[in-house]
Amino acid sequence: MRNTRNRWRRGTRAVAAVACLALATACGGGSIDEETQANEEQAGAAGGECGDLNMAVNPWVGYEASAYVVGEVAREQLGCTVNYKDLKEDVSWQGFGTGEVDVVIEDWGHPDLEKKFVAEKGGDGSATDFGENGNVGIIGWYVPGWLAEEHPDILDYNNLNEYASEFETSESGGKGQFLGSDPSYVQFDEAIIDNLGLDFKVVFSGGEAATITAFEQAQETKDWLIGYFWEPQYIHAEVPMEQVELPPYEDGCQDDPAKVACDYPETPLKKFVSTEWAESDSTAVGLVQNFEWTNDDQNQVAAYITSDKMSPEDAAAKWISDNQDVVDGWLQ
Amino acid sequence: MTTAVATPPQPAAVEPPPAPPEPRTLPRWAWALVVVGVWIVVWSFTKGQDTLALGAREHTDLHNEFTEFRDAVLASRDTNPIIQFTYQLGSWFTSAVEWLQRMISIPDFPRPVPQIGWIGVTAVATWVGLAVAGWRIAVLVALSFFSFGLFGYWSDSIDLLIVTFVAVSVAILVGMPLAVLLGTTNRAGASVINTVLDIFQTMPTFVYLLPIVLFFGIGASAAVVCTLIYALPPLIRIAGHGIRSVSGMTIEATDSAGQTSWQRLRKVQLPMARKTIVVGVNQTIMAALSMATIAAYVDGPGLGGPVLSALSKNDVGGAFVPGMLIVVMAVMLDRSTTAASEASEKAARGRIDLRKRRIVLAAAAVPVVVALWASRTYTDLAEFPENDLGSSIADGVNRFVDWFIDVFGGVTEWFKDLITYGLLNPMQDLLAESPWYVSAAGILALAFVFGGLRALVPAVICVYGIWFFDLWHDAMITLNMTLVGTVLVMVLALIFGVLMARSRYVDLLLRPVLDAGQTIPPFVYLIPILALFGPSRFTAILAGVIYAAPVAIKLVADGVGGVSSTTVEASRSTGATTWQEITKVQLPMARGSLVLAANQGLLYMLSMAVIGGLVGAGALGYDIVLGFSRSEEWGKGACAGITIVLIGIMIDRVARAAADKESVTHDPTRRPWWRSAMG
Repeated sequence: MRNTRNRWRRGTRAVAAVACLALATACGGGSIDEETQANEEQAGAAGGECGDLNMAVNPWVGYEASAYVVGEVAREQLGCTVNYKDLKEDVSWQGFGTGEVDVVIEDWGHPDLEKKFVAEKGGDGSATDFGENGNVGIIGWYVPGWLAEEHPDILDYNNLNEYASEFETSESGGKGQFLGSDPSYVQFDEAIIDNLGLDFKVVFSGGEAATITAFEQAQETKDWLIGYFWEPQYIHAEVPMEQVELPPYEDGCQDDPAKVACDYPETPLKKFVSTEWAESDSTAVGLVQNFEWTNDDQNQVAAYITSDKMSPEDAAAKWISDNQDVVDGWLQ
Repeated sequence: MTTAVATPPQPAAVEPPPAPPEPRTLPRWAWALVVVGVWIVVWSFTKGQDTLALGAREHTDLHNEFTEFRDAVLASRDTNPIIQFTYQLGSWFTSAVEWLQRMISIPDFPRPVPQIGWIGVTAVATWVGLAVAGWRIAVLVALSFFSFGLFGYWSDSIDLLIVTFVAVSVAILVGMPLAVLLGTTNRAGASVINTVLDIFQTMPTFVYLLPIVLFFGIGASAAVVCTLIYALPPLIRIAGHGIRSVSGMTIEATDSAGQTSWQRLRKVQLPMARKTIVVGVNQTIMAALSMATIAAYVDGPGLGGPVLSALSKNDVGGAFVPGMLIVVMAVMLDRSTTAASEASEKAARGRIDLRKRRIVLAAAAVPVVVALWASRTYTDLAEFPENDLGSSIADGVNRFVDWFIDVFGGVTEWFKDLITYGLLNPMQDLLAESPWYVSAAGILALAFVFGGLRALVPAVICVYGIWFFDLWHDAMITLNMTLVGTVLVMVLALIFGVLMARSRYVDLLLRPVLDAGQTIPPFVYLIPILALFGPSRFTAILAGVIYAAPVAIKLVADGVGGVSSTTVEASRSTGATTWQEITKVQLPMARGSLVLAANQGLLYMLSMAVIGGLVGAGALGYDIVLGFSRSEEWGKGACAGITIVLIGIMIDRVARAAADKESVTHDPTRRPWWRSAMG
């Protein structure tokens, strides 16, 4: 499947790849000339209304799920040539201005990038805000399920100090360890701990893989662990986790990063696109603008990819065929 | 380990160096102990003061200035003539890569397959292997190419070969003139060039990845450029050394015949340095392959993509298969280039029957032509038939890793605690929790003890620089991890190096494992180590040791193996035990290699600092990943990168000054893992 996946990624040749795949598996050593001819005819028949769609694929599975569902709808139902580009957030945004990236389908909030690239925020105008995508990011402090079960009172931050010594590790310098996460994410945990007077020290895992592995292991071996985590995330289906209650979020309580003493707000995830592309007459513009789905939808596709080891294309195709009515709504 | 090993300086000393080493009243290690002792005393009543600690998400004005400068460049991208030019360059790289891809790796629309299919590509590559290096290499090449397809990564493997080919070609175009310059300039010029090369080689790629995208665009162009930057220095360094080493007598003799300097270069220096130049090209290729995963961060084509994408799903097996294919490719290219240089040497000396060779090659060309035709005609010969070998191996690896973690999780904990509480934490307390001026004085004193004035001067410059870039506390933590890691590396190097040198079978068994340790992307083994040891500095050190130990082991093995057998015989005849033979004869005689191994071990450990940032080690590695991930922190990441460069240069200069005082080998061709890596 991997081979296929990569072939698909080379966008300009995506259409060819499909035909090739279908034929190669179906009729084995068929003649290449025939397929070439078929491709030429198909290319002639397909309308050029959509053109290229450069879809950034940021490195987490939830994003991959959204990107491939939109991408596959665009490819299958609008005839676009979709180029999936594996990029981190910053690089993706830089690509808006150069035409290398058209769509970022799931943005968790990058005020700094918006300031640089979105006209309304004082940027150069290369990026355009395309609204929310329906997913809601929930960020917070989590503990593994077994811990919440055995010590339910731990889910209130007021009781954390009682347990602080249990969370101590070789890295936490005598305090309880709070596992911070991937540097890409918005994090105020150092300030929250300070301002709530908690006897913890933030140790940054440094990457999503490290955070997930830590929670997996903690649940398996019943280790004490508390850390920054979020939804939607496919691992919730495999590893139970409970959120610790912090003082609730109120408007403005995170304005001064040094004084934060409240929980994270729910973040509606957004779509950002290249302005030049948004102003083009590509038929995919409407699709991306209308695209909206729920956390459950995304987790479903993410589970196809991770648990069932499907390729992202196949996972997306499966969801699309099960939910054509939703897709029809996007295509209006 | 004895003093001779020039072990990584134990954290040390305070205030001005204890009187310059008198004519050897006390050995150097004793002076070092004195320095450390004084440092500990001063630390005990100053700890925690002026440590210059900076929060993980805090930055200083200096860092902001860097970020603002980057932002200004970014804002000017539509009008900036330099960016216009580099973008053009980038688009040439992209079109070269894409053209080659359509030829041999991806469908060339409207064809459903590339112009030349897998069997054709494999046949041509095998024929080339036969032509340049003989039938053994031809078999190796054929098997390697076949494995790319068999494990399900044909396109990605060929893409990586293409990117490597383009980057290495440009490296040779750009690098050879610079190598000639390095080889013919005076000492001062050479040291300037060498320092610049050091900076290129130690600067973490994550720091310049974003600027590369800004200047060259996303995808193949960025992949080629970042590979080029990393792969260029070995070529310049080694080829330059080769040219410089051509004997003065030869040059004088030919000069007396009245040649111009151009003639001298073309007819004498380059041909005589040919063998070293090939070693340089070989090392450049290896360095290029090690950039595969990094390039995937900016959508570079190649085997790095599937490695990273498996990582984001915590799928160890899925990362293992493409990771091993990178190893296969590295071994294939390494052995081929080495064998090719030997074969051409033979041919040049007229030891090969040219006529017979031509006939063999012509005969072998017939099946190649058939394969080319077939790969253009039949789908199954154009596109590698799908099979699930790759995915079943991935599943097997996953099951094995799960089992391993189940069995050994917890059992391994004591080792982590031993190292962390016994070595890592105490040393970190001393280095990072002393006031910065105390640590600085201690480091300088140790530099002086080990390397004298020649080490002190660069150390002063580097320590000042580290202080200047506002990340002192993080720098000390990273330095400490590097030192502890190097101790572990040297322990392994001594054990396995000696074993390898003394037994041919151990050597045969270990070499491939060491090759794999050096070339497999660390991302493949991060998750299992994380599962065993959790996000911690120890995890980072372990990842570093896996990467750094092979170099050190090979260097020690080569060094001990190189001790003349008559010396060993002589000691045996005096009735020395095996232990005495090793400790009194072989290790002391191989002292030069030990110093070199420690030096290389340190630099390799340091280069893994960024990976450490991804697994919970924090410090400079985290700062760099942060700078790469969040644009408002880029300046902090850049400063962290510069700090790593400064630490690297400082360690290298001190170690070399120390080694020079010991009058050991000082052969620049052996800087990283040359020779030894070639088996």
